[in-house]
Amino acid sequence: MSEIIVKDKEISVPGETLAVGMDILPGSGTYRDGEKIVANRLGLAMVDGRTIKLIPLSGRYIPKTGDTIICKVIDVGFNGWRIDTNSAYSAMMSMKDATSEFIARGANLTQYYDLGDYIVCKIVNVTSQKLIDVTMKGPGLRKLKGGRIIEVNTNKVPRIIGKQGSMVMMIKDATNCNISVGQNGLIWIYGEPMNELLAVQTIRKIEKESHLSGLTDKIKEYLEENTKK
Amino acid sequence: MTYKQRIDGRGFDEARPIEAKVGVIKRADGSAMFKIGNTWAYAAVYGPRNLHPKFLQDPQKGILRCNYNMMPFSSSGERVRPGGSRRSKEISLVTQKALLPVLDLEEYPNSVVDVFIELPQTEAGSRCAGICAASMALADAGLNMKDLISAVSVGRVADKLLVDLDYSEESYPDVAVADIPIAIMPNSGKITLLQMDGEVKKEELMKLLEMGKKVLMEIYEIQKKALKEKYHEVEV
Repeated sequence: MSEIIVKDKEISVPGETLAVGMDILPGSGTYRDGEKIVANRLGLAMVDGRTIKLIPLSGRYIPKTGDTIICKVIDVGFNGWRIDTNSAYSAMMSMKDATSEFIARGANLTQYYDLGDYIVCKIVNVTSQKLIDVTMKGPGLRKLKGGRIIEVNTNKVPRIIGKQGSMVMMIKDATNCNISVGQNGLIWIYGEPMNELLAVQTIRKIEKESHLSGLTDKIKEYLEENTKK
Repeated sequence: MTYKQRIDGRGFDEARPIEAKVGVIKRADGSAMFKIGNTWAYAAVYGPRNLHPKFLQDPQKGILRCNYNMMPFSSSGERVRPGGSRRSKEISLVTQKALLPVLDLEEYPNSVVDVFIELPQTEAGSRCAGICAASMALADAGLNMKDLISAVSVGRVADKLLVDLDYSEESYPDVAVADIPIAIMPNSGKITLLQMDGEVKKEELMKLLEMGKKVLMEIYEIQKKALKEKYHEVEV
């Protein structure tokens, strides 16, 4: 005698009962309280057969292994760099993960990455205490030179990237900008100043309208309109 | 002077008009506004973020820090001296204790969630308004929460039991007044804040809790609606 109370794609607030019955399973963002399945956070309810999960709509970035993120170097130590991940925790990048170049003993590490530099890196490991290890060894992982950095809602990043990167490719093509999107909500844009501006405006538009269907066509139209002149 | 009916004409078990909105402060990770009569509360949540000084860090879970502040010209009486006071420190503490039971910060060891509650104008019931706003702001910040928190004050003026006292009732001259702020988790009915200023009998307290609960459920519905409204557009 189970019953799903929440509608698919409905906003749920913490404490709201989503379903009743032991044969329905709690997914992420929900918990079981006796017979009931209750929302554990604010989110969009997704009913998938017998499981109910909540898709987060807000919140800070939580570091996860395997994420490619854009970070700022905040400290340089003896054997590595400390970097700001745009979350509650800073990450450590050791010398051996930093570059394929040879680093001589006692070398000044700032000649590789200096304070305030932005880098694209990948999270290798996150411990239970949220100590983060990152690496720069991998395709596309590099230091960012020039351009500008903007911050967006982390939960909107998948929409900005689009299916297999379709959305970000479209912006790149239309604006002639280099764009890197970090999973932590930082985006690097590099190009002609006016084009950079258009790219920023487009990303803000995506962020604002990320819930609408047919977003790709809308953005395509928007870009065409603004690149004409 | 006897007390027969409420000064603003509402029933003894009625709250003042309530208004709530979520997402009022753009730079914050979560924010909310809660107005009950002439008491206005704004809450902003930042974090989870890096916690300093380091000795406050807890490796088991994140901590919650609340800050309650009445703005200098917010009260109907004298100008409030800006900055912290003994009173604001106490209210910050009880707010934190009222909110913590629903929050799950185990995912954020060594970090802090900061809650700032600002009151641009007040007319009694400010800690309850602050707690209501803060709980909505925490939900807006995407934190793991078992439930929301709703709060209201109940009390007694002379021999009348009433809900949501305003300033004129709280400071009613020449009669015994009791003021009892309560906060509950609406879905389980558990109490997270219960303070008392003045005296009431046990039976009266039980009656007041019942009266309060009715209003709290109304407040909960308003909070829920406000939260859903912010993200309403997402529903496609």
